[in-house]
Amino acid sequence: MHRYLVRRVLFGLLTAVLVSLLVFALMRIAPGDVAKSIAAQQAGGEEGTVSLEEIEQIREALGLNEPLYVQYWVWMSGFVRGDWGNSLFTKRPVFDEFKQKATVTFELVILSQIIAIAIGIPAGVLMALKQDSKVDYTVRIVSLAGLSIPSFWSATLLLVGGAYFFRWSPPLGYSAITDDFTRNLSQFIWPALMIGYISAATKARMMRSTMLEVLRQDYIRTAHAKGLRAYAVTARHALKNALIPVITVIGITTALSMGGSVVMERVFTLPGIGEYIVAGMLERDYPIVQSMVMFFAMCVIVVNLLVDLSYGWLDPRVRYQ
Amino acid sequence: MATQQSGAVTLGRPRRAGPWRAISNFVTRKPLGAFGALIIIIMVLMAVAGPYMTSWDPLEWNLPDKLLWPSGEHWLGTDEMGRDLWSRMMSGARISLLVGFASVAFGSGAGGVIGVISGWYGGKVDNSVQRIMDALMSIPTLILAMAITAALGTNLMNIIIAIGIVQIPRANRVVRSQVLAVKESQYVDAARSIGAGNLRIMVLHIAPQCVAPWLIISTGALGIAILTEASLSFLGLGVPQPEPSWGGMLTGPVRDWFILYPYLAIWPGLALSLAVYGFNLFGDAIRDVLDPRLRGT
Repeated sequence: MHRYLVRRVLFGLLTAVLVSLLVFALMRIAPGDVAKSIAAQQAGGEEGTVSLEEIEQIREALGLNEPLYVQYWVWMSGFVRGDWGNSLFTKRPVFDEFKQKATVTFELVILSQIIAIAIGIPAGVLMALKQDSKVDYTVRIVSLAGLSIPSFWSATLLLVGGAYFFRWSPPLGYSAITDDFTRNLSQFIWPALMIGYISAATKARMMRSTMLEVLRQDYIRTAHAKGLRAYAVTARHALKNALIPVITVIGITTALSMGGSVVMERVFTLPGIGEYIVAGMLERDYPIVQSMVMFFAMCVIVVNLLVDLSYGWLDPRVRYQ
Repeated sequence: MATQQSGAVTLGRPRRAGPWRAISNFVTRKPLGAFGALIIIIMVLMAVAGPYMTSWDPLEWNLPDKLLWPSGEHWLGTDEMGRDLWSRMMSGARISLLVGFASVAFGSGAGGVIGVISGWYGGKVDNSVQRIMDALMSIPTLILAMAITAALGTNLMNIIIAIGIVQIPRANRVVRSQVLAVKESQYVDAARSIGAGNLRIMVLHIAPQCVAPWLIISTGALGIAILTEASLSFLGLGVPQPEPSWGGMLTGPVRDWFILYPYLAIWPGLALSLAVYGFNLFGDAIRDVLDPRLRGT
């Protein structure tokens, strides 16, 4: 177990370094000169009116004249220490803005995953137990629809339909969970339901196929043969084993649903990291973009690591590979 | 020896069924998959024949006719600039399909090739390639696609490249694991022993074995690619306005009109959902047909 742990952690670190190189390279191949567009913005006019000298000053101030490896080192060592640079346009520190906005995104992700697990796992088990029945087909069609309907559309329909038929809309203007709990919840429950439905669909499909696989195992037949009640067989013997691969999916989709929250924050105008990263990308504010992308990747890497470790703990066979 | 062989052939093998037989088999055995295929075919027809099915220009403003509800003249109504929605929907189908097919061809194709090479050579090559794939996979798909389009600039070509790159690791992983399994087979040893080179073995002996899992992952990827394009356009990082993409038609100033004219919000999303649903149904059926181990699961 010890060696397994060390190896997984080292792999995670290596992946993080590779991601950072990738993100860094991506930001440098961007065509067009950032310094030029900032200078133009500061002059408040056309790009032509800016002198070369001014551009050079801005390049110097941003450290863009340093060799690439120095720029990378400055960014990375800063990132680890929590100094994520300043926005090119508003000049505000990225990390401070991030801390403020992160609570919104985290709340959305956690709430949506609770919903997804509460719906997805029982739905998957139900489908497996009633394989090829009407229940199975209905739930399958509904879950496949969850993977097909874009969340920004279902959310838009919810808002439009609510306003059109019931003159209803979720309370506007974000209120924090510490300020006004019910108001906060009535804002967050809708986007969380939208993301939760999609995540539930993935989980249900996964649960169904692993459950079916387990139900065909010999030890399940043995359990039935020795006269255990059907409920005990399902809950104690089948479900426990079928859940192991599903845990992986839960971990990874939780991390990945942060991507989905980007779109939801836009639709419901919630001031989260998603909204921040989209604005940063539209303006090519690269300190924001590179730090935020790096942060999302770190979440995925850490979750993956935790999943791997829990796997090793739950399933002894994994440790010895 | 020769007679024995020909005898075995006539005994063991049924006559090859024609393509019509195969299609009707597919329809009866996989009705949902066939329904998905039907949706895809209708979409392709819309995209190809679209310009001949309407006399309205999808881009030209016609303010006197703005915000008309669906009627005989404008089948799906007009938007806030007076543009005919039916013609815009068909242009949108063209963009969605183009981005879907092109990005999957590029991404899944590249991922497949990388998977074969990395799996076949193994060792250091495999190790370094797979670490890069791990890195690519740790960035959430939408975020990665956003970052790539933001870096390269938003035009159709760059969107295809971005969504393609996002697809590479998944195709790579599936193909590679198949290669690892096939690599140990006797016929590969046999090919090697009669002096076949690496390239010959990879192309003629390994790659054909990877086609089935590769097709499964690629048909599944089509729906994801179309959804990703729509999300990018919705966020303003996709196909630039005024080009009518389904995701783009749901964003921007037009949103202010949705409550009074809900049909504006319904068509693009409905088309998008149907298209992705079609690809997903078809992909599921393809998986069941090509992968006997998963049959019935």
